[in-house]
Amino acid sequence: MTSYLIQGASVLGAGPRDLAISGGRFVDALSDPDVVIDARGLVALPGLVDLHTHLREPGREDAETVLTGSQSAARGGYTAVHAMANTAPVADTAGVVEQVWNLGREAGWTEVVPIGAVTTGQQGTQLAELGAMARSAAGVRIFSDDGLCVADPLLMRRALEYVKTFDGIIAQHSQEPRLTEGAQMNEGTVSAELGLPGWPAVAEEAIIARDILLAEHVGSRLHVCHLSTAGSVELVRWAKSRGVRVTAEVTPHHLMLTDELVRTYDPLYKVNPPLRTQADVDAVRAGLADGTIDVVGTDHAPHTSEHKCCEWTAAAMGMVGMETALAIVVEAMRDFDFDFADVARVMSTRPAEISGLPEQGRIETGRGANLVLVDPEAEVRIDPAEHATMGRNNPFTGFTVSTRIVDTFLYGHRVVAGSALADPHPIARGGTWIA
Amino acid sequence: MKNRTVLDAAEISRAISRIAHEVLESNKGADDLVVLGIPSRGVPLAVRLAEKIAAIEPGTDAAAITGSLDITMYRDDLRTRRLRSPAPTRIPAAGVDGRTVVLVDDVLFSGRTIRAALDALADLGRPSAVRLAVLVDRGHRSLPIRADHVGKNLPTAVDERVSVSVAEIDGEDAVTISSAEEE
Amino acid sequence: MRHLLSTADLAHDDAVDLLDVAEEMTQVAEREVKKIPVLRGRTVVNLFFEDSTRTRLSFEAAAKRLSADVINFSAKGSSVSKGESLQDTIQTLSAMGADAVVVRHSGSGTPQRMATSGWIDVPILNAGDGTHEHPTQALLDAFTLRRVLAGAPASGPAEGARGRDLSGATVAIVGDVLHSRVARSNVHLLTALGARVVLVGPPTLMPWGVDAWPAEVFYDLDEALAAHSFDAVMMLRVQLERMHQSFFPNPREYTRLWGLTEQRWRALPEHTAIMHPGPMNRGFEISAAAADSPRAVILDQVENGVAVRMAALYRLLIGTDSEGRP
Repeated sequence: MTSYLIQGASVLGAGPRDLAISGGRFVDALSDPDVVIDARGLVALPGLVDLHTHLREPGREDAETVLTGSQSAARGGYTAVHAMANTAPVADTAGVVEQVWNLGREAGWTEVVPIGAVTTGQQGTQLAELGAMARSAAGVRIFSDDGLCVADPLLMRRALEYVKTFDGIIAQHSQEPRLTEGAQMNEGTVSAELGLPGWPAVAEEAIIARDILLAEHVGSRLHVCHLSTAGSVELVRWAKSRGVRVTAEVTPHHLMLTDELVRTYDPLYKVNPPLRTQADVDAVRAGLADGTIDVVGTDHAPHTSEHKCCEWTAAAMGMVGMETALAIVVEAMRDFDFDFADVARVMSTRPAEISGLPEQGRIETGRGANLVLVDPEAEVRIDPAEHATMGRNNPFTGFTVSTRIVDTFLYGHRVVAGSALADPHPIARGGTWIA
Repeated sequence: MKNRTVLDAAEISRAISRIAHEVLESNKGADDLVVLGIPSRGVPLAVRLAEKIAAIEPGTDAAAITGSLDITMYRDDLRTRRLRSPAPTRIPAAGVDGRTVVLVDDVLFSGRTIRAALDALADLGRPSAVRLAVLVDRGHRSLPIRADHVGKNLPTAVDERVSVSVAEIDGEDAVTISSAEEE
Repeated sequence: MRHLLSTADLAHDDAVDLLDVAEEMTQVAEREVKKIPVLRGRTVVNLFFEDSTRTRLSFEAAAKRLSADVINFSAKGSSVSKGESLQDTIQTLSAMGADAVVVRHSGSGTPQRMATSGWIDVPILNAGDGTHEHPTQALLDAFTLRRVLAGAPASGPAEGARGRDLSGATVAIVGDVLHSRVARSNVHLLTALGARVVLVGPPTLMPWGVDAWPAEVFYDLDEALAAHSFDAVMMLRVQLERMHQSFFPNPREYTRLWGLTEQRWRALPEHTAIMHPGPMNRGFEISAAAADSPRAVILDQVENGVAVRMAALYRLLIGTDSEGRP
């Protein structure tokens, strides 16, 4: 396979140095590289890892497929994405998670890591076959009913305890269902004026508080998906100070956008959890900067235009974001002392650690050559028509950002070159990412 | 822009007096008369005309025979989306059925305003006769309409502007003519 | 004025102008021919995704008095209930040559969505959207209130109200503010016109964040009635089903605490007008004694609805007065 010498890249934003890739791994040096890449002026980051992606397949292939979602991931600089379980059928058996896992390997644009459902059919009543999914070829470690909350406290306790068998983790979509019946947007002064049923911050915070206490009580790992409120940041900060094994995630859109946008009634801005207030945006940014929030997860949620080009109340919730996540995080964190090393930490290293992906998340000799080269001084106007995802529901449409993904390397294969999709790296049945 | 006064306050007053006499003459008295001004400047002119009529024909209650007839909703150029507000239409309590209605306007030009006024009037009732009194007739008619009573015939060029000022609205009485041509 | 979506878009002078135009429109009903030809050859579509016979009839009467052709499109039993999208419905209306669309929808924001979607390029009139706004209801309330303040008859052609706003007036809006589009539209409009608005209702039926509104809020009706000498008390309709969602325990308790009972009505000052957007729940939020009293202007509100809707259609289809008369 092709070996690469990448010259003069600013690794994690530090001074320029060369990177050598051979046999799918980072190596110390190369005497005779096949390809030499002049990366002067570009920043090298470990390939991004998304803990929160909706690839829609199986079931909603009209909205996204594993193939198109993988291509979108590659173009966004992601070398691993975690496919959420709310497909049709729900990814609640070894069969479905293996199907998604295999589709990802066949596509070969990014490493697709399936997430298993916590409860059968995401019904919230009975544990799914977590052990079978963990022992399947997909080796599921993260379980989530995302889209829905595991609201039953007893069931949540059992799930947290049960996954200790295989050092699993429960990723909770924190939404108290009764407090959010019919909810359409953040509950606040804007919802009062717009007459849209509110989704109060307390509905998120109450579940996070409960789950933190449960995780502490049973000594299990809890991952808080897409937290969105200032109060949630406080709760996670408190939990970490007590030594609870909790990790937390924020989305690019919650780092950037507020509920003021809902005044347009454009369903582009309809998402769950909803866009919050500026105070919440400020708090999640600060939480990300100080490490309270571990990772940025995209919650990439493609929808067909029928589900977005309609009235607000009939529209589906969700936004796409893999192809814009890195650029938006850079823009959102400009006011903080947050350099590319921090970006790599929250978008690659920590998510890889949480998921237990040893070949991802670090630019180190001997590890999988998962790498993204970024132009930090580009001028990009965001246009969903240019994106690989089938979802056109990108809330940053029209934004101008300064970060462009140039090349993405997946286990030593240059899957994105010059900001365009190049050649995929499909894995045959029974094969591995690194031969 | 050059302004030229063609009628001053005294001349306007004399013109209205003369029209009052003409109206009484043709109507054979003030019985069943209704005087309706077309907003905006036709309205004070109508009030003055009715007052003159009452002065000539004792026993006539000027206020009881005077009203206004707004034609905004009847214009034939509504689709041009020019911006306009309707003005009040106030018909004397006795109505217009079977009466002689004298429409009063300041300037008669294309005739379109009067066409609209006749439509508006038809929706309000059925007068036995409708007459038209104007302070100035400047010619250039687009429709087959003529005035029964004219304060002054004023030959003009199409691009000239005739403006009527009345004390009730503008603070003074005057008819001026201005041309767009440079000196 | 391109659309009428929210009273928040109406500045003081625009609102006074609309009410003044409506004053002229009251005359049309009194005339020999109860019609003016101003919208002759224009087509107004009443697009009702939610049943409301009263509002639809009022808009229909308004459009017809202006000589417009009216097409009623009720979403019930139509293609909309068979899965036709809003976009297709709107584009169909556009292709049929609609000159204005009056829309009623159970989802907040749908009229604004229609106005900004690019699916149709004609004026959109909001005839009530979800729990958001009902601008023409607020306009007819303001119109009626202005008449009351001027000491003029509350409906029909009358002199005295033209040109005025609502400065100096104090108005109570009582009941389910949370779910009321009427309340939202009135808070914006009455405030813009210079009135002081007082909201009264159970805390469960006040929107979270109501303290940011330009209105004083009372939870206790008797306290509110003692604190102010109201020019009008507007009782909102309260749906009985709300008690099943624990907004209040039962109708008896609601009436006891927030109803305009006969006793509360008798204690009101002589000049206080009684308003209700209808339809009323007699004996629940309002007693028959109050609703049928000479101080009630509830039927006047209905009558004035036609005039203000005529004014709104006129303004949207013919233009506004910001440049004055030619």
